[in-house]
Amino acid sequence: MAYSDKVIDHYENPRNVGKLDADANNVGTGMVGAPACGDVMRLQIKVDDNGVIEDAKFKTYGCGSAIASSSLVTEMVKGKTLDEAAAIKNMEIVEELALPPVKIHCSVLAEDAIAAAIADLREKRGEAKAESAA
Amino acid sequence: MSSLNIPVYLDYSATTPVDERVAKAMSDCLTLQGNFGNPASRSHVFGWKAEDAVTEARKNVATLIGANPKEIVWTSGATESDNLAIKGAAHFNVKKGKHVITMKTEHKAVLDTCRQLEREGFEVTYLDPEENGLLDINKLASAIREDTTLVSVMHVNNEIGVIQDVAAIGALTRSKGIVFHVDAAQSPGKVALDVDAMNIDLLSLCAHKAYGPKGIGALYVRRKPRIRIEAQIHGGGHERGMRSGTLATHQIVGMGEAFRLAHEEMEEENKRVEALRDRLYDGLKDMEEVYVNGDLEQRIPGNLNISFNFVEGESLMMSLKDIAVSSGSACTSDSLEPSYVLRALGRNDELAHSSLRFTLGRFTTEEEVDFTIAEVRKAVEKLRDLSPLWDMFKDGVDLDTVQWAAH
Repeated sequence: MAYSDKVIDHYENPRNVGKLDADANNVGTGMVGAPACGDVMRLQIKVDDNGVIEDAKFKTYGCGSAIASSSLVTEMVKGKTLDEAAAIKNMEIVEELALPPVKIHCSVLAEDAIAAAIADLREKRGEAKAESAA
Repeated sequence: MSSLNIPVYLDYSATTPVDERVAKAMSDCLTLQGNFGNPASRSHVFGWKAEDAVTEARKNVATLIGANPKEIVWTSGATESDNLAIKGAAHFNVKKGKHVITMKTEHKAVLDTCRQLEREGFEVTYLDPEENGLLDINKLASAIREDTTLVSVMHVNNEIGVIQDVAAIGALTRSKGIVFHVDAAQSPGKVALDVDAMNIDLLSLCAHKAYGPKGIGALYVRRKPRIRIEAQIHGGGHERGMRSGTLATHQIVGMGEAFRLAHEEMEEENKRVEALRDRLYDGLKDMEEVYVNGDLEQRIPGNLNISFNFVEGESLMMSLKDIAVSSGSACTSDSLEPSYVLRALGRNDELAHSSLRFTLGRFTTEEEVDFTIAEVRKAVEKLRDLSPLWDMFKDGVDLDTVQWAAH
């Protein structure tokens, strides 16, 4: 499969690979996907006192598009509030990386990962659960 | 001359380059100065010369499988041979019964042809292999029914390279009077074939996996006891009515020359290729969590199918951009399903997603193998550093106990 230069760039030089302290009160962890399906993403976000995402880390098991999508997402969420981050749509990832149709599910997974990380953080902080159910 | 050719080609089971000697023989059959005639032209020397060349090729193909040249029917490749054999035999014997037996690990050319028979009202039994990819002959014996007319089992599996005991299957089918078809697309030059000793009735072959050209194959059709099949392509009655269409002299000559070379050089080549394959495996097997798929003993020399747990196959291939291999990962297929062959072995989906198939051949060098070992180790390490599953494994988490959200 021919990948776009942007996918290859993120794949070869992934941004923000790593792990944050999942137990910290200002860190939210989202793990989505399943090994049997061929992709698992773990996205972690860390917020500052103003509720702005100051750091994000990921690790991903999956194809090149999955790795690139999660790498891109760590860049996108930094500096955003939780609400702003939650508003990121998978099509933004598709467009930025020029993903082919067969790889759109990778971007969906990345959107899910953001939602899961935010939900985890909000739950930890005792914020409205109804909102985090997504 | 450097013996490291980048990109390194390790996908010989997908196709092989045409041997220079084969290409030369083929190019002699094209132009006005060459042997361009129609082998079916009976009235002039151009036709006779072309027919002689086809006869010679037929002999070379027959020799490699222990057949009589009259038992060779030219086709466009193994897919057509499989179609002709399976539909041809099932249709011809329809009054005797409508039950066919095959295996889940067959090539799609066999499986999809069997699906077509099912749509026509036939019943097909798809046998599971053992964990090593091999067929338990007792499972076949107990699947045979009164109305079974055909058993189709491949000789060498294209993904995992395991060699089925076709002689044992042939003894059983012959004793029951059932037609036995073997898809031997991957066999020529890699493992010896003897249609008589193995009691094979129909055998599919192609040229392009054995350093011949694409677009040409053959079906062996036994004459004693006579096996009858219904033609699938009708026309001028070529190939004793079993496969009409003007014979492609240059393609046939190419296949003949490739098979002649395979016969002559097989023994020596297999020793060399096996040593290279073992070198490759030795260079990788000390890594953590690597698993060979399929039996290592009953296997062709040039195949290594191996899963690197916690690393996804397609991204691994992306890291190996200077090496041409294939993967059982879903992401390399349009269907997004991982390899059905690995799944049939009982491998879990994770390991199927994590598999790479290295197939070595005539032009593979030691330098290429060493380069591949270094590149694979580097890539697997990089991707494991990126893998949350590897983290969890290292933290002692049993991944089977995690509740995953399937998507």
